[in-house]
Amino acid sequence: MSDHNYVPSSKIGKWFNDRLPLLTLADHLKEYPTPKNLNYWWTFGGILTFCLITQIITGIVLGMHYIAHADYAFDSVEHIMRDVNYGWLIRYVHANGASMFFLAVYIHIFRSLYYGSYKSPREVIWIIGMIIYLLMMMTAFMGYVLPWGQMSFWGATVITNLFSAVPFFGEGITNWLWGGYSVDNPTLTRFFSLHYLLPFLILGLVILHIWALHVPGNNNPIGIDLKKPSKDTVPFHPYIVIKDLFALLLFLIVFAFFVFYSPNVLGHSDNYIEANPLVTPAHIVPEWYLLPFYAILRSVPDKLLGVVAMFASIFILIILPWLDTSKIRSAIFRPIYKQLYWILVLDVLILGYMGAMPAEGTYLLIARVATAYYFIHFLVILPLLGKREKTLDVPLSITEPVLGGSPNPQMVKKKEQLS
Amino acid sequence: MSEKKKVERRDFIFTASYALGAVGVGAVVWPLIDQMNPDRSVKALASTEVDISSLEPGKSITVLWRGKPVFIKRRTKDEIEEARNVDIKDLPHPEKDEDRAKDPEWLVMLGICTHLGCVPLGDKGEYNGWFCPCHGSHYDTSGRIRKGPAPTNLEIPKYEFVNSNTIKIG
Amino acid sequence: MKNVIKLFFSIFLCSIFLTNAHSAGEKIDLLKTDWSFKGYLGKFDRGSLQRGYQVYTEVCASCHSMKYLSYRNLSEKGGPEFTEEQAKAIASNFEVTDGPNSDGEMFTRPAKLSDKFVMPYANVEEAKISNGGAYPPDMSVLVKARSGGADYIYSVLLGYEDPPEGMILDDGVYYNKYMYGNKIKMPKQLYEDLVTYNDGTPATPEQMAKDVVTFMAWSAEPHLEARHKIGFRALIYLIILTILVYFSMKKIWSRVESEV
Repeated sequence: MSDHNYVPSSKIGKWFNDRLPLLTLADHLKEYPTPKNLNYWWTFGGILTFCLITQIITGIVLGMHYIAHADYAFDSVEHIMRDVNYGWLIRYVHANGASMFFLAVYIHIFRSLYYGSYKSPREVIWIIGMIIYLLMMMTAFMGYVLPWGQMSFWGATVITNLFSAVPFFGEGITNWLWGGYSVDNPTLTRFFSLHYLLPFLILGLVILHIWALHVPGNNNPIGIDLKKPSKDTVPFHPYIVIKDLFALLLFLIVFAFFVFYSPNVLGHSDNYIEANPLVTPAHIVPEWYLLPFYAILRSVPDKLLGVVAMFASIFILIILPWLDTSKIRSAIFRPIYKQLYWILVLDVLILGYMGAMPAEGTYLLIARVATAYYFIHFLVILPLLGKREKTLDVPLSITEPVLGGSPNPQMVKKKEQLS
Repeated sequence: MSEKKKVERRDFIFTASYALGAVGVGAVVWPLIDQMNPDRSVKALASTEVDISSLEPGKSITVLWRGKPVFIKRRTKDEIEEARNVDIKDLPHPEKDEDRAKDPEWLVMLGICTHLGCVPLGDKGEYNGWFCPCHGSHYDTSGRIRKGPAPTNLEIPKYEFVNSNTIKIG
Repeated sequence: MKNVIKLFFSIFLCSIFLTNAHSAGEKIDLLKTDWSFKGYLGKFDRGSLQRGYQVYTEVCASCHSMKYLSYRNLSEKGGPEFTEEQAKAIASNFEVTDGPNSDGEMFTRPAKLSDKFVMPYANVEEAKISNGGAYPPDMSVLVKARSGGADYIYSVLLGYEDPPEGMILDDGVYYNKYMYGNKIKMPKQLYEDLVTYNDGTPATPEQMAKDVVTFMAWSAEPHLEARHKIGFRALIYLIILTILVYFSMKKIWSRVESEV
């Protein structure tokens, strides 16, 4: 928090601000010094806030028309699609909004991995972010159950059955999750309740996430600490606001394209068949954003260990700030890490692809290699690399040359690469 | 001069962005509001047909139309007489009985007190019509407000006789 | 600007990737026909929808329900757009059970516009027993419930062939080139001149298949025309606003020495 000395100009403003310093907060947000060299990968924070609010608003609207009952859920969704004024639009925005949300969150996370935004002093921002990500997955999973189509039902069955891998208590836990002996009406109603609740928890965590961000300030592409405010920073408003807005509009074009021209391409056609506990669809796949984890789950031949591996792949990210031992944040100055980073991206994409394929033959083999590499990257490579890697010289400021001396030709070259 | 032109151009871009943005926000807000309006399936149920063949003079039935009670009363000669002999100057909400009942024998009206929406009781009150128990409004045999807090007469819905035995409301 | 393009394309590529990863799987070449409702401003062909409704009632409706359609839908905008009188006349051909009346008994009456399409069977069990154990699926959202959509159903309707040598089919099971697993319990339905179209269109199997699938595509997505129309406007709007905001941004950032 940079500036607590804000005094409102009007008398009423001052009276109010003395009692509740909202105007100070607004001023802080407006003047918040932001590195001026942030590139477009930094606009996804704003885009994600937009996604969350869109999901909450459209979700509340859908909740007005949706009926959380196994006998009526599917019909009520069709009612929304057919009879409710603009119901089709609102539902398609909500359904595709989930995918767009995850698309943005993955870009946001991988931006952080590339520029080392999770490192000291920003560990707490990262951890809160990972909790948000976990909650997002839970919310999305439960949301997908609500239309009560075949994929909803069998997705719910498969995912909740993961917990049956727990020794001794497995059956008790699954029965407790279901409220019965299989996925049924009690499961649906509790998922609806939680699907409604969790986004508000996410919203609260997002506020903490941003708060934690505003303490040390933004990381930036060259990953150095900045003096704030200084020649290296610009006030959040209008510079960052307009830039975020521009990026958001580009994002919205892609979003609108999905909503209006391919609204079902990210879903499964099986989900337009009403849930039937007697027939399993030929090919069960989770939503695309869960596919890498699904691949990890399936590549371990043991039920319990598979579940453990899947959860470990997420929890490993939470301790990432301590796994990566390098003091240098940005990959720009870490030539080896930079290459390994792209290998990791490829690895996750391969995992995602394998998650969509049947778990057999070559697919399974590739998935196993990719799973192994995923863990090796975080658990072996990153801790060792930080100690061994020969990094490049890091400039002291965005605008000033290194160490106040003459402009360093090497650094000038690097700066060109930044843009 | 060129400075001034520059400023104008900048202002134009900002103004245009704001204006277009505002249009977009409006276009997004409308579906979110309109979704709460009655939907197509509700609108499709807007009319009800009622069989009145078994109704004796002096009796009334209450049917549900658009989720609201509708009183259908087959009035006796006396009741019609009473309704028609009122000097409309005495009424808080002057309406002729002839305008309220197309066929004098049949009175069709919404059974909702115009005060705060309770359902009045039949054959009660000081004017032999209806009486609202919530806040004491008295209606006469034509469903007109005579005494009490209600501001207007009981509302007449759109209805027609499909044949001598059937009334279509809505 | 380079950055912007890079960013846009990465989002775009990601979307393409996930779209493909998603629909990856075995693919058979389905029969294709020129659907009028594809494309950015695609609309349904009214004539085809009306003919499709005729095929549905005369051929499919004896086994397949369309429980999410109401008779009023037939006259709604963006659908077959029968006149309201025509739709009322169509509805009055069907008997629906209503009640209880004042005697506490259920009774039948002619259907009204607000009624749902009358179903051929009272329940799933009855449908199964009447069709050799196979449930004829409800057709209201079937186009969306099959990967391949309209093309797939069109292909299945026309995909009946003699089974390959060596394949033994049980009684009441038919070979279909496009059906998942190649076995289908519905016999071939569409034969030359099975229905007589009022508008004089020759009733070839291809024509009937196209018409009825068009009708099903509308039934699965009754607001498709509105979606295309609004979508087209929304995209144009977004592109114009993006350009304006881009120049606003350039203007604002010109105050600091940095590249946006």
